Amino acid sequence: MKRQSDYLHDSTAWRGLAGEHKVGRRHVLRLLGLGVLSVVPLPVLPSLLRAALSQGKVQARGPAARTPDGRIRQWAMVIDLRFCDGCQSVGKPPQCTAACIEGHFAPEPMEWVEVFEGELPGGGTQFLPTPCQQCQNPPCVNVCPVAATFSTPEGTVLIDQNRCIGCRICMAACPYDRRFFNWGTAPTPPESHLIGYSPEHQVPTQRGTVMKCDFCPDMARTGTLPYCVQGCPNHAIYYGDLEEDIASNGDQVIVPSRFLSVNQAYHLKEDLGTKPRVYYIAGHGEAVGRDVFKRDRLPTEWPWAERVKGAKTWKR
Amino acid sequence: METLGHDASGFRARGSFDAGEQPGGDRLERLIQTALAPVTGTSRGYYLWVAFLLMVIAWGIYAYSRQLQDGLIVTGMRDRISWGLYITTFVFFIGISHAGTLISAILRVSQARWRTPVTRMAEFITAVALICGALFVIIDMGRPDRVLNIILYGRWQSPIVWDVLAITTYLTASIAYLFLPMIPDLALFRDRLAGRAAAWRTWLYGLLAVRWQGTGAQWRSMGAAITTAMILIIPIAVSVHTVVSWIFAMTLREPWNSTIFGAFFVAGAIFSGIATLIIVMAILRKVYHLEEYITEKHFVYLGYLMAAFTLIMMYGNVSEYLTTGYKMTEETEFHFRQLFLEQFAGFYWFYIVGGLVVPGLLVLLPWTRNIWGVVVAAILVDAAMWVERYFIVVAGFRVPLMPYEPSTYAPSWVELSVVAAGFALFALLITLFVKVFPIIAVWEVAEDLEGVEITPAAGRLAPELAGGGGS
Repeated sequence: MKRQSDYLHDSTAWRGLAGEHKVGRRHVLRLLGLGVLSVVPLPVLPSLLRAALSQGKVQARGPAARTPDGRIRQWAMVIDLRFCDGCQSVGKPPQCTAACIEGHFAPEPMEWVEVFEGELPGGGTQFLPTPCQQCQNPPCVNVCPVAATFSTPEGTVLIDQNRCIGCRICMAACPYDRRFFNWGTAPTPPESHLIGYSPEHQVPTQRGTVMKCDFCPDMARTGTLPYCVQGCPNHAIYYGDLEEDIASNGDQVIVPSRFLSVNQAYHLKEDLGTKPRVYYIAGHGEAVGRDVFKRDRLPTEWPWAERVKGAKTWKR
Repeated sequence: METLGHDASGFRARGSFDAGEQPGGDRLERLIQTALAPVTGTSRGYYLWVAFLLMVIAWGIYAYSRQLQDGLIVTGMRDRISWGLYITTFVFFIGISHAGTLISAILRVSQARWRTPVTRMAEFITAVALICGALFVIIDMGRPDRVLNIILYGRWQSPIVWDVLAITTYLTASIAYLFLPMIPDLALFRDRLAGRAAAWRTWLYGLLAVRWQGTGAQWRSMGAAITTAMILIIPIAVSVHTVVSWIFAMTLREPWNSTIFGAFFVAGAIFSGIATLIIVMAILRKVYHLEEYITEKHFVYLGYLMAAFTLIMMYGNVSEYLTTGYKMTEETEFHFRQLFLEQFAGFYWFYIVGGLVVPGLLVLLPWTRNIWGVVVAAILVDAAMWVERYFIVVAGFRVPLMPYEPSTYAPSWVELSVVAAGFALFALLITLFVKVFPIIAVWEVAEDLEGVEITPAAGRLAPELAGGGGS
């Protein structure tokens, strides 16, 4: 037991014994004070960090548009499917999608307004132009961990690509498949870099972030209709303000409250309770003479790929 | 101290237990030597193994650097199936982290004495699996450089933030829970290795032993701390895997739209946790010659626990698929078709047959109810549970939301390499851990040796301290 007796004089053992000195009041008070001091900053820590690491104004967007008497405009869209033939009659890919891609420099393969072809219960198909539904109870906004996607007072849902962390839970949450991820460096033309970034105008694209239809509120504020509305050769898409009860397809002006009721408008997946701002009038292009059994639309094209050198695209 | 029955001052000064002066002294000394063996000697095989793991990790880092450079385009994920192998592996790792809690906390609470030789390994697995799992969330992010945004702009409404909160809490709690019962063993290492080991070891054990001298007061405080920790950690562990499932269940996707998802994930987590513990136990037992302490009994008991969980998992499957299948909405029909008959049928039936039925039989049939049978069952269970996480994630995404052609997903070489590196990291951390820290809970095992008295009577305020206090 030589080792043991050696150990009795070991410094660690001595330190251990010395450590058991009496704990005085002063000591306790100091510990308490330090404890309180270390806990107090916790609630304000995020704001302190934010102040320290601020990247300027995040979620930059224009002031909400107002009616002449000061009420905030509530943007909405009405898609009259009776007039949508998937651009079969003009022999081109869907022109709403094409106009949107042109205007927003939307990279391949993103179709922010995508024309789906849905089966009708009685046979035949209908074309279904589908932008972001701008839900008033948006599942994507609910799940976003960093408020990178948010609802605006105008009733739109936007994404701040400067804040998005690319976790893609919003894409899991969106029941309309309306969110797109920048898997790589998207091919966008050089002129897209000249426009200042805003969540309402998502250029230039940022790799590793999510994008989608922004409902063009910046254009609406200047009295311009969104690209998709302008692009539709059949004037099937109306855009307007529910607050002032007025909308237009570029050809006619309607009163949404009346138009929606009279034509029995509905929402996509109404039963989910997402409360979209995009309304549909049932139809299959009959008003523009489409045969319900004439299938298929032409595939969408992106002009960017050939204009951007070394650009890599991907499939959806 | 006077109740110790042997040289009290010696005990106190040495700060750890005494081998020579007790009736069971030989066995205690052998136990201590076994615990010290991994720390004192390193074989060539060990270096080869570490080198191999480092190579796999290096390859994974290279693959991940490609992902950082080119973006997630190098993976097989796309818009319509936007989570894949990474999230699968994340869920799997968080699942196996339940090994520690279950074995250690639940068995401690229920005062099951046989648990003592395996608790330490179980707690290792928990801490290491949580670190690896959390890593995969960051690997999956499109913008890992903005990970701080979760703290800067975190929203309590988001299931991701629940996850971050739950996992960090669980990691903190399980490190505390790993550390607390290790203190007397660290003190033993400090004393036994003083002057005989590298300077950093002396320093580390001295630091981590927090001046443990084995006094009655110290045993008492540690007992109280362990009791608190073991009770706290159980609800934390349950909450962790529940919120992991809520990442899926909080979305409007038919295959995930399930109220039993949380419970089902927790059950699966414990199930795969037991399996992982059995595998790690078998390897460490072989490599570090722990046959005397980890016996067939431990494998069989854990095997029973695993077999019980195969039944719970089967019940979960019936409950989940019968309630949705009876009503058979259009989306459910699509999901069932791909799961039971088409794309994912191979995975699903492997999971049911290879992961639930066969392991259950291996444990329950007397011919295979031995170490080998249980280890094979555990390997099957772990493989099946990983596959289950895979088809839950990928098949859930594949159900079309709008009228479009269903997508496909095939992991790229980058994803496979990174996942391989993740498993290698798991193995490496365990390997390094056992080189530094006591591999078995020496004082807890010693309590079970006949005629050995470790905790002073004053410490018996918490009877569960001594592994059940069944005396």
